[in-house]
Amino acid sequence: MFLAYGLLNLEGKSPEMDVEILARLQFAFTISFHYIYPPLSIGLGLLMVIMEGLYLRTGQKVYETMCRFWTRIFALTFGIGVATGIVMEFEFGTNWATYSRYVGDIFGSALAAEGIFAFALESGFLGVLLFGWNRVSSRVHFIATVGVFLGSMFSAIWITVANSWQQTPAGYQIVGEGLDARAEIVDFWAMVFNPSSVDRLTHVWIGAFLAGAFLVLSVHAYYLLRGRYVDLSRKAFKIALMVATVFSLSQLFTGHRSAEYVAEHQPAKLAAMEGHFDASGPADLYLVGWVDKERQTTTGIGIPGGLGFMLEQDFDAPVTGLNAFPEEDRPGQINAVFQFYHLMVAIGMILIGLTLLAVFYWWRGRLFEQRWLLWAFVWAVVLPQMANQFGWYTAEMGRQPWVVYGLLRTSDALSSVVTANQVLFSLIGFTIIYAILLALFIYLLNKKIKHGPYDESDIDDRPLQENIARVAGGQL
Amino acid sequence: MKLLYLLPLALLLTACGESDAAPGYSSLLGIDYPTLWFLVVGAVFTGYGILDGFDLGAGAWHLFFRKEESRRIALNAVGPVWDGNEVWLVIGGGTLFAGFPVVYGTLFSAMYVPLMLFLFALIFRAISIEFRGKEPMQWWKNLWDVSYSVSSALLAFLLGVVLGNVLLGMPLDDRLEFSGDWLNFINPFAILVGLTALALFMMHGAIYLTMKTEGRLFAKVNKLLQKSIIAFVLLFAILTLYVLLYIPHLSDGLKENPLLLGVPILAILAIANIPRLVSKRKYLPAFVFSTITVGLLLITAAMELYPVIILDSSGAGNDITVYNGVASNKSLGIMLTFVAIGGPLAIGYTAFVYKTFWGKVRLDEHSY
Repeated sequence: MFLAYGLLNLEGKSPEMDVEILARLQFAFTISFHYIYPPLSIGLGLLMVIMEGLYLRTGQKVYETMCRFWTRIFALTFGIGVATGIVMEFEFGTNWATYSRYVGDIFGSALAAEGIFAFALESGFLGVLLFGWNRVSSRVHFIATVGVFLGSMFSAIWITVANSWQQTPAGYQIVGEGLDARAEIVDFWAMVFNPSSVDRLTHVWIGAFLAGAFLVLSVHAYYLLRGRYVDLSRKAFKIALMVATVFSLSQLFTGHRSAEYVAEHQPAKLAAMEGHFDASGPADLYLVGWVDKERQTTTGIGIPGGLGFMLEQDFDAPVTGLNAFPEEDRPGQINAVFQFYHLMVAIGMILIGLTLLAVFYWWRGRLFEQRWLLWAFVWAVVLPQMANQFGWYTAEMGRQPWVVYGLLRTSDALSSVVTANQVLFSLIGFTIIYAILLALFIYLLNKKIKHGPYDESDIDDRPLQENIARVAGGQL
Repeated sequence: MKLLYLLPLALLLTACGESDAAPGYSSLLGIDYPTLWFLVVGAVFTGYGILDGFDLGAGAWHLFFRKEESRRIALNAVGPVWDGNEVWLVIGGGTLFAGFPVVYGTLFSAMYVPLMLFLFALIFRAISIEFRGKEPMQWWKNLWDVSYSVSSALLAFLLGVVLGNVLLGMPLDDRLEFSGDWLNFINPFAILVGLTALALFMMHGAIYLTMKTEGRLFAKVNKLLQKSIIAFVLLFAILTLYVLLYIPHLSDGLKENPLLLGVPILAILAIANIPRLVSKRKYLPAFVFSTITVGLLLITAAMELYPVIILDSSGAGNDITVYNGVASNKSLGIMLTFVAIGGPLAIGYTAFVYKTFWGKVRLDEHSY
């Protein structure tokens, strides 16, 4: 699909245009694919820390088995995350050389901090986490698990800071002019704590926790429906349900905070998110809708003046609309920004509803009898993934036409020497390789889930007599 | 007595100040920040070369092992560490991007095709490692064995090709952007450096495998090791001659300052020491010396270049140096602080992992 789009645009456009479209397609494709995995690693990391912590506290083997099982799946998401992450880093230099020069002083230092503090920590302890179960004490192993988890959290800090600086630049000065202009740090902490960093980071973290928690919920709901590993799965499901409930609720607050920063610092993006054209009039808050860019209208179901109420607690409050900006400074894909944003919010609400319902049944003591709810959790695994993707689409498409908001246009950020054919070559390559990678991921994930939490040689959770028979029969 | 510990710190602080060589840039112990960051980037890439070097090398040998168990042992010898080793590349990329954004943009866009092939091979290699053990069919294992081995060798070769192009220089315009053709990366010198890197890593990897294997596999590795030493020494000799004869800009710096010649001489001594130690069956010291060899060769390359990072081969003098391709003084100061705090930690974790998995490979249920 991506390729077809890229090829279609090759005809009848200037060569620069081809490169820009192809390079943007390649970036969108590779970053979307990459972003399936790091949130899973962060979220599973949190769950593994809780599981192993419970094992150390209670001494119950079931928590260790659970943690080992999820470690094997974590290894998979981490490995793909590293491989596809290197692609992202290299792409800044290969496809976006002008951007690299422009932001190197700032983006680069955040990336370097990520490498030095986060990746070194993660990779250092990863080997012990995955292969060290029989080689180090359980306490040291726990330290390794916490180390890998913290490393992934730090990684999210630095990369979100770097992206937030592109949304709301702060603590910099511009040196040089025209094509040679670039941003330099003047105040490091102002750069790190730029107006959107903290709100967006918490939003990203929690999105990642939800991705991990819902994967755990999905797999254990599946086991419960199939009647496999019942005791272990009930425990794991409850752990993940607690995490999912707390964080799907708290995501409301970080989401609201993020919207507030957008209103203050990126009014054009906010206007696109709600399809609000009127330069300064009351703005509606839509539940669903459709934006007609040509006619400058948005039709849908919503609360009239609701956006002003959300921001100023006043239904008549004026909100800056798209018409307040010159045509060339507005996001190009207004309806897409609108739709992605509203889908993300809708998914967030569904997650809250699902988790609260499950907590209600848990409280009534009937959680595991609700087969339909368990089936809903089996499939709900895709929802946080979609919300994470859509949220980023909103943030990045809403920032257009800027790559650094108000400072550098995306069309100026390209590598000047790279040709359309080169980008086409790499785009085809990535499409093929990522298709194989996705197939690998699903195949291995499925295999690990089918294999289950127990090894062949374990005394597992089948009835006691069967286990005794296995020992007597020499199978163990 | 304890006050003595503060002495180096006090010296360090007094040594800080404005640099004479680079106006606007601070210095530490008489070395200005751009040069210090050049050293940091060099150190991280050297670390990467040493670490991923042996696992790429071990991977390149993979098809030489015939039996299933041998292949599994060879694969699991690098199993716990290859992922962590690759992270050094991510860190290296980050430090280059941050400190020398102009180099990052120009070099990476000039090396578009080899770097994309590098990324493809990197992902294929990871896929092969994960896929191989998951199905029992022989054709399945063979397929991933070939893919693993070929991608490992290709990665080592491409690293050398990119390094070769950096050493050779490339045409640059007055905005310090690449002004050549996308096929520029294919040239005899870069290919020679690529082959030398492959041979060096295969030697390095074979020594690593001798420490991790036993019995007949060990004997086999030992034989292969001898061959790779010969191949590497031959290629290295040709490369040295090539540089001396055809690439004056690399050897001029060393000729002017004979003291610097110590480093390549030490590198040659280190190389000479490897077959001696191998014949005495002292594999750990041999591994230490192949590590030193990788390090010293990269230091030699850095010294040959400095203060230029990418030479303008068009003759217009638009070289990218550590001074015109560098980040701001403020940014470098912040990042040097990061390195001072994070560097020792990173070395600590890495040492801990290697200590945990020290010794011969034992296949267990966590193995690949």
